[in-house]
Amino acid sequence: MNKQFDEMHSAPDMVRAHYQRYARWLAEQPGDVMRSRREEAATIFRRVGITFAVYGAKDEDGAGTERLIPFDLIPRIIPAAEWRDMERGLAQRVTALNRFIHDVYHGQEILKAGIVPTEQVLRNSQFRPEMVGVDVPGNVYSHIAGIDIVRAADPASTDGSGTYYVLEDNLRVPSGVSYMLENRKMSMRLFPELFSQHRIEPVAHYPDLLLDTLRSLAPASANDPTVVVLTPGMHNSAYFEHAFLAQQMGVELVEGQDLVVRDGFVFMRTTQGPRRVDVIYRRVDDDFLDPKAFRPDSTLGCAGLLDVYRAGNVTLSNAIGTGVADDKSIYPYVPRMIEFYLGEKPILQNVPTYLGRDKADLQYVLDHLDELVVKEVHGAGGYGMLVGPAASKQEIEDFRAALLANPSNYVAQPTLALSTCPTYVDSGVAPRHIDLRPFVLSGKSVQMVPGGLTRVALKQGSLVVNSSQGGGTKDTWVLEA
Amino acid sequence: MLSRTADHLFWMARYMERAENTARMLDVNYQMSMLPQSADEAEQGWRALLGISELTSSFNEHYPTVDARNVMEFMVRDAGNPSSIVSCVTAARENARAVRGALTTEVWETQNQTWLEFSRLLAGSDFHRDPSTLFEWVKFRSHLSRGVTLGTMLQDEALHFLRMGTFLERADNTARLLDVKFQSLIGDYFGAAGNGQGPAQESQEVDFYHWSAVLRSVSGFEVYRKVYRNVIRPDKVAELLILRPDMPRSLAACMNGVVLNLDPVANAQSADTMRRAGRLRSDLQYGRIDEILATGLHAYLTQFLDRVGDLGVGISRDFLVPMAA
Repeated sequence: MNKQFDEMHSAPDMVRAHYQRYARWLAEQPGDVMRSRREEAATIFRRVGITFAVYGAKDEDGAGTERLIPFDLIPRIIPAAEWRDMERGLAQRVTALNRFIHDVYHGQEILKAGIVPTEQVLRNSQFRPEMVGVDVPGNVYSHIAGIDIVRAADPASTDGSGTYYVLEDNLRVPSGVSYMLENRKMSMRLFPELFSQHRIEPVAHYPDLLLDTLRSLAPASANDPTVVVLTPGMHNSAYFEHAFLAQQMGVELVEGQDLVVRDGFVFMRTTQGPRRVDVIYRRVDDDFLDPKAFRPDSTLGCAGLLDVYRAGNVTLSNAIGTGVADDKSIYPYVPRMIEFYLGEKPILQNVPTYLGRDKADLQYVLDHLDELVVKEVHGAGGYGMLVGPAASKQEIEDFRAALLANPSNYVAQPTLALSTCPTYVDSGVAPRHIDLRPFVLSGKSVQMVPGGLTRVALKQGSLVVNSSQGGGTKDTWVLEA
Repeated sequence: MLSRTADHLFWMARYMERAENTARMLDVNYQMSMLPQSADEAEQGWRALLGISELTSSFNEHYPTVDARNVMEFMVRDAGNPSSIVSCVTAARENARAVRGALTTEVWETQNQTWLEFSRLLAGSDFHRDPSTLFEWVKFRSHLSRGVTLGTMLQDEALHFLRMGTFLERADNTARLLDVKFQSLIGDYFGAAGNGQGPAQESQEVDFYHWSAVLRSVSGFEVYRKVYRNVIRPDKVAELLILRPDMPRSLAACMNGVVLNLDPVANAQSADTMRRAGRLRSDLQYGRIDEILATGLHAYLTQFLDRVGDLGVGISRDFLVPMAA
């Protein structure tokens, strides 16, 4: 899998069919015009306040910790036919994952059938015993899922066709959708002519789909449900997105301190007294949701929330306990879940994965550390991982020690040659590695907008696309031929 | 709407208004410092400004001498001073950021842009060379902020709390400005210590520059001429800035604004706050300047400031601070 796949070029001088019109346009653009558009984009993002906070970081004045996520001008283009397949695969995968979560908290059929090891689920720190036997609306748990997909060169093919792999499932509180929407706004503003020349699938209706999904999940007792977005507050790294989604949906953005439980329901404190809340799109992790049930030191949640939730008097989106299904140690079993619950062959592929908890796998991993990507089972944001081929001897040895100390905390995968896409960097246009996060909404039905958020690793050769580690983003076009 | 949201909106408007009025107050002092006067008088002007803003001791902790440069440094860009313009602009923006979803995109972007550009302005040049231009800029950003609010926001509770913040802060600031300007030149001339005979004839020229600067600081110079069509006299200046309901920065106009925006949001526990606001407004509506001057302007303004302070506390308690569960 070491051959490189480039989204735009099938060979150095060969532009793929779906990029040809764009490449012609790009070749005509004077360099200084593109440069000034890059600056314009940065200015607008700053003015609009599309920033994220970096944990622990300070600027030179020791103050502001807000940074821009670099926006790259060159879009990532996906042919519509490829997207249709991916869309079917995503719907299939998320449906199976939701069935799995429901099963885990009810009959546990998949454990009885021996398809997923029981202790892997029940001893998982993300398994919430509080949720056993609790029914949630429509039996759907992860209403908003972000599925990370990468493409790698197909080892068998010579024409450079690539294969999409699911890298991980984010079923708890995936973020990034606001950047998908703002990136599209930005490219329409900077390059209106491109949108008249191309048939690009729109994405701006995402907040509408989201609101529709959230309303459909309301408890039966609410006939005109009140939906709110729960944020940890303005110092959270994704605060912009929380505020953005609340505003776009026209619902209140609340913090834990704004909520209060009374008489078995959740209320928000308003200038006109308490008002009942029916659906909470929470962007707060399970652990912080209810100091009475989970972490007692949490000030981000609302005391008594879990009881109201279990009684079915408020809907939490996503449900509590979805983390049991997006754990990296559960990931290897997703293809088998799809077959078990849906009786279908998986449309999207998994990356082969070695489990630290498995003796044979562990030995293989230890023997091949310099070739593999090793990740913490619960890690996120690109922290706590080893990219073998890019690591120094010392880093590899340090990681080996950590791995041996707690093997079941790690999984490993071959270093995929993530596909590249031409990207503006200081020296000009150069290929950089990218991934894709489509956002899948599950309520009464499964819905998504075409495409998703494309993240790009701006450092040459880097495979880490996370914004907290120097990643940028691109507009993502699903292009009708 | 959420109590916390209302609180942020209220304070966003207050901080922006305070930034504007601080700029106005500094500008009038700066303009006056260019009139012929002794070093003592100049220093007295800056001292009075610190005093009325209740910042004297905080200033003395950090600056060795009271002079134009130090006071302006302290009041414009000292982030350690919570009342400096930079602190106000930052606080306005932070409050806006906390509730950006409750604001229109234009309102949020205006606040954010003001904050970004102000930092750039301060970093880019030495504002002491031409402070008036910076003060003008602050004023116009505040005008823009108000205009974009009125021009784009839905006329619901959110707007009422914003406007309430603007008017309450302006009432406070105009009262302070009046107090400092009447005291600095003539002591408590209109008060018990005064002899009631008015300023001596020879000081009329000084008076003209003094009072016209005061009027200009509240954009009231042309208004004064239009209303009184007469020479500028301190008692008329006081009347204009306290009692005229049609003068946008007068205490009467501010209290009308407060009551107007308080009425539609009344709730089950706000009766006493409504009563206090209405009463303060009536006092201004039916007040007479000779009575006010007879009791002493300083005493009157001090009491007014207390009542405005109480009103702010009442509004917070009734609407903004979340009730205990």
